Amino acid sequence: MSELVAYEEKNLKTIGTRPLRPDGVDKVTGRARYGADINLPGQLYGCVLRSPHAHARIKSIDISQAKALTGVKAVITSKDFEDMPSQVIPVGELVANFRDVTRNVMAREKVLYDGHAVAAVAATSESIAKKAINLIKVEYEILPHVIDVADAMKDDAPLLDEDQFTQGEIRVLGGDTTKEPVHDKPSNIAKRLTFVKGDIDSAFNEAHLVIERTFTTKPVHQGYIEPHAAVASYTEDGQVELYSCTQGHFTIRAQCAKLLSMDVSKIKVIPTELGGGFGGKNNVYLEPLAITLSKIARRPVKMVMSRNEVFRASGPSPAGRTYVKLGLNKKGKIIAADAQIDMQSGAFPGTPLGQATITCFTRYDIENVRVIGHDVISNRPKVAAYRAPGAPVAAFGVESVIDEAAKKLSIDPIDIRILNAAKEGTQTYYGVKFPRIGFEETLKKAKQHKNYQIPLKENQGRGVATGFWMNIGMDTTASLNVNDDGTIAVSVGTIDVAGGSRASLAMMVAEEFGIDSDKVRVTTGDTSQLGFNFVTAGSRGTFAGGIVSVLAARDAIEECKLRAAKTWNVKVEEVVWENGFARPASTNVGPFEPLSLSDIARNSTRTGGPIAGHCEKNVQGAGPSFGTQIVDVEVDKETGSVKILRHTIVQDAGKAIHPAYVEGQYQGGAVQGIGWALNEEYIYGVDGRLQNPGFLDYRVPVASDVPFIDVEIVEVPNPYHPYGVRGIGEVPIIPPTAAIANAINDAIGVRFETLPLSPPKVLAAIIGS
Amino acid sequence: MDFHSPSTIDELSSLLSNNSEKKHLLAGGTDLLVQMQSQIIEPTSVIDLKNISEMMEIKEDTDGFFVGAAVPGMTIIEHQGFSKTWPGVVDGVKLIGSIQIKGRASMGGNLCNASPAADSIPAMIASDAKAIILGSKGKRDVLVEDFILGPGKNILKSDEVLVGIKFPEKKNNSSGAYLRFTPRTEMDIAVAGVGVNVSISKNSQIEHAKVSIGAVAEKALVAEAAAKALIGKKADAGTIEKFMSEVRDLARPIDDKRGTVEFRKQVIGVLAKRALNIALERINNG
Amino acid sequence: MARKHVQTTINGDECDFLCESNETLLSVIRNQLRLTGTKEGCSTGDCGACSVMLDSRLVCSCLTLAVEAEGKVIETIEGMSEDGNLHILQRKFIEHAALQCGICTPGFLIAAKALLERNPNPTETEVRYWLAGNLCRCTGYHKIVEAVMDAAAEMRG
Repeated sequence: MSELVAYEEKNLKTIGTRPLRPDGVDKVTGRARYGADINLPGQLYGCVLRSPHAHARIKSIDISQAKALTGVKAVITSKDFEDMPSQVIPVGELVANFRDVTRNVMAREKVLYDGHAVAAVAATSESIAKKAINLIKVEYEILPHVIDVADAMKDDAPLLDEDQFTQGEIRVLGGDTTKEPVHDKPSNIAKRLTFVKGDIDSAFNEAHLVIERTFTTKPVHQGYIEPHAAVASYTEDGQVELYSCTQGHFTIRAQCAKLLSMDVSKIKVIPTELGGGFGGKNNVYLEPLAITLSKIARRPVKMVMSRNEVFRASGPSPAGRTYVKLGLNKKGKIIAADAQIDMQSGAFPGTPLGQATITCFTRYDIENVRVIGHDVISNRPKVAAYRAPGAPVAAFGVESVIDEAAKKLSIDPIDIRILNAAKEGTQTYYGVKFPRIGFEETLKKAKQHKNYQIPLKENQGRGVATGFWMNIGMDTTASLNVNDDGTIAVSVGTIDVAGGSRASLAMMVAEEFGIDSDKVRVTTGDTSQLGFNFVTAGSRGTFAGGIVSVLAARDAIEECKLRAAKTWNVKVEEVVWENGFARPASTNVGPFEPLSLSDIARNSTRTGGPIAGHCEKNVQGAGPSFGTQIVDVEVDKETGSVKILRHTIVQDAGKAIHPAYVEGQYQGGAVQGIGWALNEEYIYGVDGRLQNPGFLDYRVPVASDVPFIDVEIVEVPNPYHPYGVRGIGEVPIIPPTAAIANAINDAIGVRFETLPLSPPKVLAAIIGS
Repeated sequence: MDFHSPSTIDELSSLLSNNSEKKHLLAGGTDLLVQMQSQIIEPTSVIDLKNISEMMEIKEDTDGFFVGAAVPGMTIIEHQGFSKTWPGVVDGVKLIGSIQIKGRASMGGNLCNASPAADSIPAMIASDAKAIILGSKGKRDVLVEDFILGPGKNILKSDEVLVGIKFPEKKNNSSGAYLRFTPRTEMDIAVAGVGVNVSISKNSQIEHAKVSIGAVAEKALVAEAAAKALIGKKADAGTIEKFMSEVRDLARPIDDKRGTVEFRKQVIGVLAKRALNIALERINNG
Repeated sequence: MARKHVQTTINGDECDFLCESNETLLSVIRNQLRLTGTKEGCSTGDCGACSVMLDSRLVCSCLTLAVEAEGKVIETIEGMSEDGNLHILQRKFIEHAALQCGICTPGFLIAAKALLERNPNPTETEVRYWLAGNLCRCTGYHKIVEAVMDAAAEMRG
């Protein structure tokens, strides 16, 4: 177990300032190279044939006409992929069942969703590839389908997998973890996870106020503007060069290697500049197809998803049904909390069950808790992570019920949360005892915020909600080299998922050395250049990348001190590093002029060779982030239209390395939450096909839909990061759905249990009441 | 795919009179190319109308404005004279799509495409605009409401093309407005839309009214009873109630992914009221 | 099918290309002319990532046929810097951190430049409505609007 790296209070020179983004110029000039911008000499274009059915058995596939078309160089089906037995295998640190992964990449016995890949083609031009796809003849036996999570859980639901039997696990805090007996009837419910703390039944009996409700949310998509893209080149010696737009190139490499039975070292994955991921680009979709097509055609193959394919065949987020029951005493203290969260996982198991159940009530210190979560398969694309996966589904319900309780008890909605807030030392129901956290601080600052005092007019309302994410560390590496002029090059495996991590990491390294941040250049290395790095997700980029960069810097600084000692012919203990210079520890050591980093670097050949530092670590000590959001809305009572007047975010960042990037993460996540609340949803027809696979009818917020988002960064340092950093990217998307629903309730007195809060729904409620 | 770029009306006519294959007419392309990308259609022959001067001009004659069929929306919006005379029509054009879409999309194309939710159509109908059609047998004109036959269907024969839209002389003390409802503030297809044109007499009574409702039937409808409810009356609460209820009675919307029947019926009345008020305010502001 | 020969002007330079008559301008710009700064986000005109100027009009290049470029003047993001210096809008986007992943940024810059050329003093609402045709999923639009308004102020002098 790696040691924790402690926070040190310091006077900071660089951290907390706002230098210009190092990737900024490339991005504003169009030079930055994203996946679809990569072109290799001689490349072919790949295209995928996708199922038009939600659920069907594949009876036959005839590729002969496609193969015969001039310009077609390869046609593949599941025959070109090895079947994988059902086996959960660690892939790096991810856990995947490769039986499912191989089937999601290319359907085998059945197609399980509208858009499921059935075959793929590589041809000399995009138009020939498209023609070839249309020449492939597939015979389907259409099966009944099921999409809605409640329907999929019913006893008589159509089954996607006749060999799936529900596995259950019960974790009692302070007690045992037991496995439930496996059911004998197959079910779409893959997993049930239960957390128990204390005794909710007695506690509910004692409660002064009990509220229970069931909430449903619709599936949404991360909505990154960049469609998935991959360019693969398989050469005659069995080596692969793969360009992929991904958040985790090492994971992509591992998945491809396993699926294609290749040594990991034979695949080099070069991550391209990422055009948005939000968790949706952690998995393989096109990559194994592009590699296999390239292997057959002996030419590079470029594949780019259309927007239609992105919606139908990448990894959206689950719909969910959340049952919440809260018991409170007269003062508003929650003494019992019960929840059941049923979430779709798409065609294969793997919904963010753990995350939804863990984050459900954790913001609050509650004696008696039970949370049950279900991972349910249904005929839609396999879900992937979407910014705090699982948490928004649970939070919509929990934060709405707390709001209802506050109103019923005539307690201010922020005060009721302060009363119940988790603090340092709070024992969570999932096991962790919180170290120093900043939840209360965000609540108190929110209450004092000027936006909370603004008087509301008719048809206006104010809603509050909070969010929590545990954040992660995981395997991270960095390699730092001091250039001969004293500037620094850092190679990291952390992908800059747009949060500006390259800049933040440079700032941390600069802070360590005591030099300007523009003397430090951070680049993301490809998989051949570094040790394994986990996907950049879980809000770990700046946190974990920061720790290893800092430790690599400290490693290099030690080496610099050694070189100074050598130059002065003193012991290394007699050298200190201060503000970019090696200095004698005291005047007793000798009359030596301080040596700058560039002095030492210039002399490095004579003192032993080039100077470097490195760090490889399973980073621990991720600090949870908490946030409070206040939303003011105005409801047009004649049309049900909801306008967001003000949106305020108060969130703990631990330490904002670059405040503008932290603000940007808060604002971006909140607006995704606004879309989730008001307009975004997957709409399925009775035939199980997705009706809105495009940005016209899948409605993400546009600039005129949202106001300026007011942001306040709270800094309660994470005790386990040298600069106190907490991951912050995921929390902002958690509160908006409930905050907006609570605000609408405040405005018109109706409580909503379903998302999105679209005008027809709001208007119907107004007319009905 | 054959691509033709005629530079005169005559060249266009002779291309159209050749019946050997179906020809797709290209104005702004913002509908045609979307259909091509989604492989809904695969045209074999496309004729670009944008090099024909008559198609691209906005003319003010003594008997009213003429807007060429392929004039981009932004050009219409930026035309000060036309915007001042027909603000309701420009309201509709402004909503055809984003600035990028309006940089190309034309009112003529919006009309010919005949989507039941087309944003430019209700206000054109309310303004008594006429479609000017050219065919092998010469020119003819048809009221906009009669130009549309149903969803995606217009009255043009295979040898005919829409040359432009002719607006009548503006009545004194008149103005118009178009309002629609969409889930977002922008970038959506209308769930309900109302175009209104009214003129008032010296004693603030409504002298003339024409109202058209869109996205609530298979095509934009002329709300005759609703307009009648306004004639000779002042726009007081009672008149407006009757007006709204006539509009609602006429609407025959469907349930689809953009809106439900109940919602559309409810909202169309609200929009009619608000559009009427905007038109009246515009008259008052001169 | 014989390909069409098109002559046009891009970012001030004369250029020509061969294309299928049903190919989009976006496809030719990116794949033939290798000007990959203009992006494809949706190919249905809903996201604005493919925004270019066509004869001084802001348009979606995904909904324009390449053959329509004949004789026209096109501006893409690659032409936005002037004489090696970033345009004020480009500078302001960087200063305000108005970009994160950056994929939407070229489209926004082209659109914002078109706005400020027409309306040098837009209100916040006017900026938001003008830019409604450009989708961003990372920033929530906040810093983009700030950057555009700041650039407008500086351009007004």
